[in-house]
Amino acid sequence: MAAVDDLQFEEFGDAATSAANPGATMIHIEGPSESPTHQPGLPRGSGGEEDDDLLGNDDSDKTELLAGQKKSSPFWTFEYYQTFFDVDTYQVFDRIKGSLLPIPGKNFVRLYIRSNPDLYGPFWICATLVFAIAISGNLSNFLIHLGEKTYHYVPEFRKVSIAATIIYAYAWLVPLALWGFLMWRNSKVMNIVSYSFLEIVCVYGYSLFIYIPTAVLWIIPQKAVRWILVMIALGISGSVLAMTFWPAVREDNRRIALATIVTIVFLHTLLSVGCLAYFFDAPEMDHLPTATVAPNQTVAAAK
Amino acid sequence: MAKAAESSGDPGTASPRPLFAGLSDISISQDIPVEGEITIPMRSHIREFDSSTLNESVQNTIMRDLKAVGKKFMHVLYPRKSNTLLRDWDLWGPLILCVTLALMLQRSSIDSEKDGGPQFAEVFVIVWFGAVTITLNSKLLGGNISFFQSLCVLGYCILPLTVAMLVCRLVLLAEPGPINFMVRFFVVIVMFAWSIVASTAFLADSQPPNRKALAIYPVFLFYFVISWMILTFTPQ
Repeated sequence: MAAVDDLQFEEFGDAATSAANPGATMIHIEGPSESPTHQPGLPRGSGGEEDDDLLGNDDSDKTELLAGQKKSSPFWTFEYYQTFFDVDTYQVFDRIKGSLLPIPGKNFVRLYIRSNPDLYGPFWICATLVFAIAISGNLSNFLIHLGEKTYHYVPEFRKVSIAATIIYAYAWLVPLALWGFLMWRNSKVMNIVSYSFLEIVCVYGYSLFIYIPTAVLWIIPQKAVRWILVMIALGISGSVLAMTFWPAVREDNRRIALATIVTIVFLHTLLSVGCLAYFFDAPEMDHLPTATVAPNQTVAAAK
Repeated sequence: MAKAAESSGDPGTASPRPLFAGLSDISISQDIPVEGEITIPMRSHIREFDSSTLNESVQNTIMRDLKAVGKKFMHVLYPRKSNTLLRDWDLWGPLILCVTLALMLQRSSIDSEKDGGPQFAEVFVIVWFGAVTITLNSKLLGGNISFFQSLCVLGYCILPLTVAMLVCRLVLLAEPGPINFMVRFFVVIVMFAWSIVASTAFLADSQPPNRKALAIYPVFLFYFVISWMILTFTPQ
């Protein structure tokens, strides 16, 4: 009967219609769930990640559009702060890898952050670094003074709060100063590249990651080993910072640009050398009990 | 009922086939009383329950709360995937554990104030602010666990480390030496692993699947710091 055929569903595939009507126009409507980026809980395919790595600047307009759509909650709601933690595990690992392997010519912010700055990395890397420095310093002092008769082990818990103050002040106040300085220069000289405050915090936070294994390796009580580690860590993280901020000051007056980069690297050097000097006692060459006890006490008193 | 049947039969004569015509054939004696009491048994039961918690003895109230805390301790010591810690959260257990740990970890007053172990307040602050920070972190990453449930789980999972502290204090009464240290090190490592396993068993399910490692790492750091404080405790 014709009624049965009427009830059959006809398949209208895209290929079928386009083959049947070559002149027909087809409109594809994509729902919001199909947009490929910036969805919490939706992992990106590995192929897409590589394309984004290579393209770098090409999807900047798309990311700007999406960035405009993202932060729409007012700052007193919880959702506003959730946008700063919108990262997956593999993204955090990629950012850490990027800070460990600086490739000349590739910008850390452009490559890895790209309008999705997160606060998870900077906060927890700084927390881990605080405890790594305090614990490694304590362990190193214990091992250095192990054989001495007058040495009594103390946990030195006060140093944790000092380390926390230093690291967090560095990771948040220096980016604030740098951001203010770059904004001021931007008002005078038009720069193509400008970074938001959170992106600068992100770069500084991830660049501190190299110091965590460095602090653990500083336990080795050899001066030469420690200074080689300082050089390596400074080289890697300093180059990440320098390569990130060079495009931001490149169009400026030559001397100011160079002075900015030199200041950034100098502050970084100051942090690492300061931590090494304060938290880790100097290893003595010979273990003369009387000669080593007196300098220890004066050093401890000076602290 | 007989009257109703007849009255429904009356308009039925107008239509050709009344539907309820057969009802008029049923005869019901009018002697059966239809009466009774409508009581809702649940209501009286609830009223009884309310007054019982108000009027019960203090010992009953305390024992009930203590039993709840004890039951949660058992759940931490034998971690299985159960919802008891999450459903009925309470903060008594974490408070008891934190105070015990801080009392045992604080440095004595004879010790110099320069370098030494943590003070009572420092341990307290580390435990509670650490737990609050981890909770905020997991909520910001998109976890669907409530604030106090997470505090409850993190606080209760300090129990193995508190046991480790007790054991360490007992071991420290013996003579100091490398064997002493090795025993304490082993106990602390085992209890640290137990705490991590217990808290992960309760917390892992509430995180989004591709952010689990991001949410668990701060828990690892938290218990690591507490284990370090326990291991480096030296009595004066």
